Amino acid sequence: MTFVELKAASLIYRLGKETTPALADATFGIDKGEFVAVVGPSGCGKSTIMKLVTGLLPATGGEIVVGGQKVTRPIKGVGMAFQNPTLMPWRTTLDNVLLPMEIVEPHKRRFRRHRAEYVERAMALLRTVGLADFAGKYPWQLSGGMQQRSNLCRALIHEPELLMLDEPFGALDAFTREELWGVMQALWLEKRFTGVLVTHDLREAVYLADTVYVMSRRPGRVVMARTIDLPRPRTLASTFEPAFVDIVHELRDRIQQEHAA
Amino acid sequence: MIAGGRRELLRIAMPWLAMAVFLIVWELVCVVFDLPEILLPRPTRVFEVFFQRLDILLAFCWDTLWTTVLGFLFAIAGGVVLGLLIGASPLVYSGLYPLLIAFNAVPKVAIVPILMIWVGVGATPAVITAFVISFFPIVVNVATGLATIEPEMIDVLYSLGATRFEILRKVGIPRAMPYLFASLKVAITLAFIGSVISETVGGNRGIGFLMLSAGARNDAPTTFAGLFAIAIMGVAMYAVCALVEQRMTRWAFRGQLVS
Repeated sequence: MTFVELKAASLIYRLGKETTPALADATFGIDKGEFVAVVGPSGCGKSTIMKLVTGLLPATGGEIVVGGQKVTRPIKGVGMAFQNPTLMPWRTTLDNVLLPMEIVEPHKRRFRRHRAEYVERAMALLRTVGLADFAGKYPWQLSGGMQQRSNLCRALIHEPELLMLDEPFGALDAFTREELWGVMQALWLEKRFTGVLVTHDLREAVYLADTVYVMSRRPGRVVMARTIDLPRPRTLASTFEPAFVDIVHELRDRIQQEHAA
Repeated sequence: MIAGGRRELLRIAMPWLAMAVFLIVWELVCVVFDLPEILLPRPTRVFEVFFQRLDILLAFCWDTLWTTVLGFLFAIAGGVVLGLLIGASPLVYSGLYPLLIAFNAVPKVAIVPILMIWVGVGATPAVITAFVISFFPIVVNVATGLATIEPEMIDVLYSLGATRFEILRKVGIPRAMPYLFASLKVAITLAFIGSVISETVGGNRGIGFLMLSAGARNDAPTTFAGLFAIAIMGVAMYAVCALVEQRMTRWAFRGQLVS
């Protein structure tokens, strides 16, 4: 069942008289519970797709349908995580993770009276990413990798149907990044939300996604859709197996064509 | 370790040492050049008068202090509200900002006579002048705090379904707090300038009035004693604001706290 559908979606940025086409004619569907990755050369409008799907930016052409409804304004209850963890420095890690509960219905109304229940839920999530002991610490007392883990927890605590990830591991060192792929996969296997990951790391895309979409140079179009049918759970060891490596090469070749064009 | 402890002691003593050196040089200059008291009284003489007239000074200080603090409190209330409005709404910003700048450019001495026509002589014009002069930095800082929120933070909240008011409450206001408290240190000093200007131009009370009337009697030591009193109050209120700042926005000082 298609949950997110882009029908010839396009976006043109206007700044005064200048117009910059950022995304041209993106057409693809994402099934409920599917995890897709969008890769492509830098500046190809990957992040634009995020903004269009969540309704943060209105599409200038085509249409976007999420859960059977046409997107015309910011859709509610989506989980989002960016490269910048954007945690609030005046809140502890636990309070940061609890933030969506203070905003998303119906939790918002219950939050005050059932705080203990929500704290338990947040702690359970923090335990799965190995941060239980740091719940009382402030974000600036955590390392970059820990901040990104708390960011993922915040994006997931309200169990959104749709999780949008914009290069969430981009600023981390290689070891931490690979470790977090595992954390991310475990969370997805458990909760089975629909996930959209924007990344420029092809191994990351293949490790996490069911389908990888390759975009052309700006203005971005979808030039390739590759289904990844490797068995799950995938491990770091599987990233060195020939089947995995072949897919990465295939994607890399296609992107290279874009750079050459 | 001992050397470090001494260094720390020296660091704490430095402001007092600097002040002592300043006063000693001043005293020496007066003695060496044999300056007449009416031109520049010696600091020892100023202190003498300061304690001789302590009762009057304290009474007038109290007038200046409460008018300043009252004007300052009004400035905080008004400044926070207007700063939030300007920072949260581009429309309000483009409408009011040029007006604010024009208003701020008007010399405040010029408005005191007008105020006196409107509200008479005394404490009221002093409170209003203190308010008017300390209002601007608070508005600008609060608005800046709001304007510098990371766009991703707002995206996260919007996609959770937050309303503009919720975004203001959850991110905007906490984010603007360090900016607000930083501006208070500047604003309280300006508030003193405002109330003393008002007392000098047309007051019948307060330190400004005391200095003006002492000056008219060629009583330089009393004028200087008044100056000292203002300086002491200014530093004390600045210290209060700095303390409140550190207490209220610990997270903004994280560099010094991580250990």
